[in-house]
Amino acid sequence: MKQFAELIRTIDGTNKTNLKVQALTEYFKNAPEQDKLWTIAILSHRRPKRPVNTTQLREWATEISGIPSWLFEESYHIVGDLAETIALILPSSNNSTDKSLSTVIEELIELRKKTDDEKKAYLKENWLGLNYYERFVFNKIMTGGFRIGVSQKLMTRALSNATNIDKDILAHKLMGSWTGENTTYNELIFEDNEVARRGKPYPFYLAYAIEGNIEDLGDVSQWSAEHKWDGIRSQTILRSNEIFIWSRGEELVTDKYPEFQSFLKYIPNGTVIDGEILPYKNGEILNFNDLQTRIGRKTIGKKLLQDVPVVIVAYDLLEWQGKDIRNLPFEERRALLDQLVLDTRTKASIQEPDSDFPLLLSETMSFSTWDEMGEERALSRKRKSEGLMIKHKKSPYQVGRKKGDWWKWKTDPYSIDAVLTYAMRGHGRRANLFTDYTFALWDNGELVTFAKAYSGLTDAEFRKVDAWIKKNTLERFGPVRSVTPHHVFEIAFEGIAPSKRHKSGVATRFPRILRWRHDKTIDQANTIEDLKALIPKEGDLI
Amino acid sequence: MSREPLLKFTERGIYCSAANVYLDPWKPVDKALITHGHADHSRWGNKKYITHLDNLPIIKHRLGEINASGVNYDESFNINGVTFSFHPAGHIPGSSQIRVEHKGEVWVFTGDYKTENDGISVPYEPIRCNTFITECTFGLPAFKWRDQKDVMHDINIWCSQNNEEGKTSVLFAYSLGKAQRLIKHLDTSQMKIYCHGAVFKMTEVLKELINFPDFNLITRETKKEELIGNIVIAPPSAHGSSWMRKLVPYATASASGWMTFRGARRRRAIDKGFVLSDHCDWDGLLSSIEATRCENVITTHGYQEIFARYLREEKGLNAISERTQYEGENLNEQEDLSTNTSNT
Repeated sequence: MKQFAELIRTIDGTNKTNLKVQALTEYFKNAPEQDKLWTIAILSHRRPKRPVNTTQLREWATEISGIPSWLFEESYHIVGDLAETIALILPSSNNSTDKSLSTVIEELIELRKKTDDEKKAYLKENWLGLNYYERFVFNKIMTGGFRIGVSQKLMTRALSNATNIDKDILAHKLMGSWTGENTTYNELIFEDNEVARRGKPYPFYLAYAIEGNIEDLGDVSQWSAEHKWDGIRSQTILRSNEIFIWSRGEELVTDKYPEFQSFLKYIPNGTVIDGEILPYKNGEILNFNDLQTRIGRKTIGKKLLQDVPVVIVAYDLLEWQGKDIRNLPFEERRALLDQLVLDTRTKASIQEPDSDFPLLLSETMSFSTWDEMGEERALSRKRKSEGLMIKHKKSPYQVGRKKGDWWKWKTDPYSIDAVLTYAMRGHGRRANLFTDYTFALWDNGELVTFAKAYSGLTDAEFRKVDAWIKKNTLERFGPVRSVTPHHVFEIAFEGIAPSKRHKSGVATRFPRILRWRHDKTIDQANTIEDLKALIPKEGDLI
Repeated sequence: MSREPLLKFTERGIYCSAANVYLDPWKPVDKALITHGHADHSRWGNKKYITHLDNLPIIKHRLGEINASGVNYDESFNINGVTFSFHPAGHIPGSSQIRVEHKGEVWVFTGDYKTENDGISVPYEPIRCNTFITECTFGLPAFKWRDQKDVMHDINIWCSQNNEEGKTSVLFAYSLGKAQRLIKHLDTSQMKIYCHGAVFKMTEVLKELINFPDFNLITRETKKEELIGNIVIAPPSAHGSSWMRKLVPYATASASGWMTFRGARRRRAIDKGFVLSDHCDWDGLLSSIEATRCENVITTHGYQEIFARYLREEKGLNAISERTQYEGENLNEQEDLSTNTSNT
């Protein structure tokens, strides 16, 4: 635990990527095996289930600190991090522990079965037996999410330095449904067997947004374009007569989409498809909002399956006939994929002529000029896509976000001028700064909330808005403050659809701040009517 | 309590109508009593300044030609039948609390203060009063300071580690107060101290009052090589400026109470944060209030509403909060350097 806390402190104490990698590498060389495993698990969001809920954590920490609970809550809003707040308000201590990280985690796993009184006693003993930083780390292990700027990519790099195993191979090994409880460090990193490989996804290849002029990509004939669909990026694995569906967030979502079980009947074992899960009905793509109704559900009822059926729109083929084909050129992988989808659909239509088989192809397009490609991009909204993906025809399927071979060429976002009406303090590096804002539009002389946004301003702008908010607060509602309507911001968003759940009657997708409109007064902000006018009409669809 | 309060919060600042004077006004007035030399407490444009003797050279350095007179600690003086006296606040050199007595009623305005003896300021003394106007920059139980000697120990270790790695240690600190506190307690047996112009000039002013180890000004002529491995003290605003180029290779650190929050340090892209404040922590605020044996508390700059509520509900005090334009230990550290910056 000491070693792990020291690692976190070192990483947290620097902004330099190289130093972070260096600290992690040292740790992976020297720490006990079981601690290494748990460190990888924690840093890849595989911490064990929390033994106590956050309400209990707050209650007990408040009690031990001898402060009223409202003061704990106020402190929490300001500190912006529960683990940190608890570590700070508990009585100071210079104690330290000799327990290893894996011992602490084993104790926390055991704790799940204990009574509340036993849990409380355990926490008290550990809180008071640890110094500030160990306490913070201990709390973080329970509450999750170390925000210390260590990405999976960075950790993999360090692990690769420490083990001399190629980082792309390691990235693949670290994917999937393993936990610290069901494997060992040795098994995870060094062993390579069929069983471990069975449901394991490949790391996703992600693209950056295009920079500068599209013409700079050179000869247009070398590039393939397809629409960038707005659903859930997924990987479908068919191996040993089983199907596994992974989301990009490395979540196994097979059970949420029972319609894909039919793939087992028509697609051979040893196939892995990269694609997008889209809500799709009667030959039309539904709104992302509709898909959202399925994402949240634990059990998928019959009605929901009928109302919001889903399909996979296939982008790429990563494994074929049991072989990893990620290094084949994109056009060859696509030729195999096109044939596979065609054959599968044909087989399915013969066997089940009445049903719509839920596997489609994301059509690839070639253009003779960049202008022509631009014209297709301009149609993205009508086709319900977010823009184009441009892929080099010779590109391999790479690991993680890489520049060069694949690019996103998204449509320009929608935008509207709205008034800042509420603000909340941020978390992590924005702790104690008001950075989470609510924006409103006019509706018959009243300001009606339409979106929340917390990105898009520079740090300097956030500081200015923060200072202004602190001086212009009208009312406080817990962590939220209402402010004098005064500032206008241009809000950008990717998608828009009617919604019954929103007060404004409109749901927007991925709203963020485009710019601070110093030049506008609040009466020049847009109206809800203006917003509704942006919703695509049925007639627009092609 | 139909009588007009002895001190009132007005547009221009904290006002004593019985004596027609202001305490640390934020707009120009005829007569201002000044607690200390930080820019938010001693502003430009007052016709007459009265402050502690040690603060005179500081505010003259900052504000130029002003009409100012100085008094000693515990030395009372009378204006229109109101008795005023200055008492040590322990915040920075020359800082005071101001005691105001009229018709048997005593008010104390703390300005900024801290309870720990920092070795360069006259230590804080609690003053008995009826009404205590207290800052509460760090008025949350999350703020607990460690002893200065422990924090300085950590800072000295950090500097010598950087020295071993061939890096210059750049410490960001307010040019008045924190900078001198660091200079005073840094270990100079292996390393030399270099200063940014703003820090150097202020330290020169305070050299008359306090013994410092040697400190050097970084000028255009200073060679890059001579800085390597040594310690540089600079105001927070120097962070990220082109002035820093000469210091490469360096590691940066900030010494401030805000370094309690991990987010505050990360936001500033600083390598290391040391929690060292010239304000009271939570326990310091509570113990000071208790020591004054006051009945009424007015909380200002900081988490004033939260702190006042705590005092009312948990301590049974008659506590209210008032808004001021003091900035405390400004979270954003946008120190006003317009009056004391230098291009060197």
